[in-house]
Amino acid sequence: MAEEVKLMKGNEAIAYAAIRYGVDGYFGYPITPQSEIMETLMVEKPWETTGMVVLQAESEIAAINMVYGGAGTGKCVMTSSSSPGISLKLEGISYLAGAELPCLIVNVMRGGPGLGTIQPSQADYFQTVKGGGHGDYRLIALAPASVQEMADFVGLGLDLSFKYNTPAMILADGIIGQMMEKVVLPEQRPRKTEEEILRDSPWAARGKTKGRKSNVITSLELDAAVMEANNLRFQATYKRIEENEVRYQEIECADAEYLLVAFGSSARICQKAVEMARAEGIKLGLLRPITLWPFPTKVIAAYADQVKGMLSVELNAGQMVEDVRLAVNGKVKVEHFGRLGGIVYTPDEILAALKEKLF
Amino acid sequence: MKHEIIIAGFGGQGVLSMGKILAYSGLMEGKEVSWMPSYGPEQRGGTANVTVILSDEMISSPILNEFDIAIILNQPSMDKFEEKVKPGGILIYDGYGIHNPIKRTDISVYRVDAMDTATEMKNEKAFNMIILGGLLKIVPLVKLENVLLGLKKSLPERHHKLIPMNELAIQKGMEIVREVK
Repeated sequence: MAEEVKLMKGNEAIAYAAIRYGVDGYFGYPITPQSEIMETLMVEKPWETTGMVVLQAESEIAAINMVYGGAGTGKCVMTSSSSPGISLKLEGISYLAGAELPCLIVNVMRGGPGLGTIQPSQADYFQTVKGGGHGDYRLIALAPASVQEMADFVGLGLDLSFKYNTPAMILADGIIGQMMEKVVLPEQRPRKTEEEILRDSPWAARGKTKGRKSNVITSLELDAAVMEANNLRFQATYKRIEENEVRYQEIECADAEYLLVAFGSSARICQKAVEMARAEGIKLGLLRPITLWPFPTKVIAAYADQVKGMLSVELNAGQMVEDVRLAVNGKVKVEHFGRLGGIVYTPDEILAALKEKLF
Repeated sequence: MKHEIIIAGFGGQGVLSMGKILAYSGLMEGKEVSWMPSYGPEQRGGTANVTVILSDEMISSPILNEFDIAIILNQPSMDKFEEKVKPGGILIYDGYGIHNPIKRTDISVYRVDAMDTATEMKNEKAFNMIILGGLLKIVPLVKLENVLLGLKKSLPERHHKLIPMNELAIQKGMEIVREVK
């Protein structure tokens, strides 16, 4: 039977999807605008059904280190927070990347810097795709633009994370977290059995059995030659991800003379701006990166041969615009339009900015 | 058909839950829906608003700069949203909290004295359902049966006994709504 269409917030969709995708453990600490994730899990009590652990830790730092521990045993684990809480988790995220551990981290962004505001923002783009934590690591970064994608990307993020043994992040914001839309949840996927974990994650710390060497989960390696080899292995993985996992959506791009580039909630608002522009006879298209890393560099570069200009629309002071400019490499004008600190632009503001900056 | 609606008033007036019931009713009717609240500190005693879109087609932006229908429940919200009603659009307000005359002449304006009626009904919680009744009389966005199904979906089961009272309040709102100009 087809799954029922439900109405729920993006945050709630993350929680329900976590249960349905067979997550073994969620570790979190409340912060607006994403507290409904843990709240929903606590109401649903999945420990009574699938056996999933839901734990409110004493801090964000504790939660990410619980994720490290769970992931080190081959379990399917996740955490969620919002911008200031993600800053606290960055040390742990760098360690997870360094130990090549799969896990899912959800960031429902709010305005910063510092404690900032609880209102929506996309100012953690740099933090997500340019490192954030220390060392040469990358995070697979998925940017949902609907409540349905909030649910779907829990599965996608976990699958990619386990495919490449590296952490994945869902980078959402207060708009997608708080809004309600229709959603169809995935079918219940059983949690992995102990046998499946041993088979799929032979590196995991499952208790040493006779006749094999100890599995050690660590990011520490004091022998520089070995550490360089480790780093080269990470980079090879990142290259495979860049080659195989770029995802994006093109809206009204085929005949576009101008292009908006926007992710997440901004892409939704831009879609309306495209409708308004088309009604005025302006050939405007929208390119929505779904993976922020790996970034859809090639497709954006190709549009540089077609359009007269691009506007990167982001709820920040100009972050993704740098990657758009790198892709375009000076071929056409690339401008940025943003609002800051929790203020959200309306579709008419975006259209006005396009005319002001590119016409 | 697409209806882009803003509901705005004080926190505690049931603005968000009225939007939620409208959204659930749309879901029951098989429409595309989006419900985007203003969330945050302004909900505590300040103004609260929610954008609800009901549409037969996919909804692009949940955030809008103009609206087909504005439901305004206090003066600060009137000051903010009166100018954001599309020409030819509809503005519905409760007379209790609105002191300044409405300036727009290019829209249809309706008044639902829900606060007074809720007090008469000795049930202040009926306020937002009276307003909803007024809206549904002016624009039958969704069928009443689907509103009742929507109520059932959006209310926790322990509150289902309140559904007949809500239905009564909706009918009351349908009776008392009147055109101002």
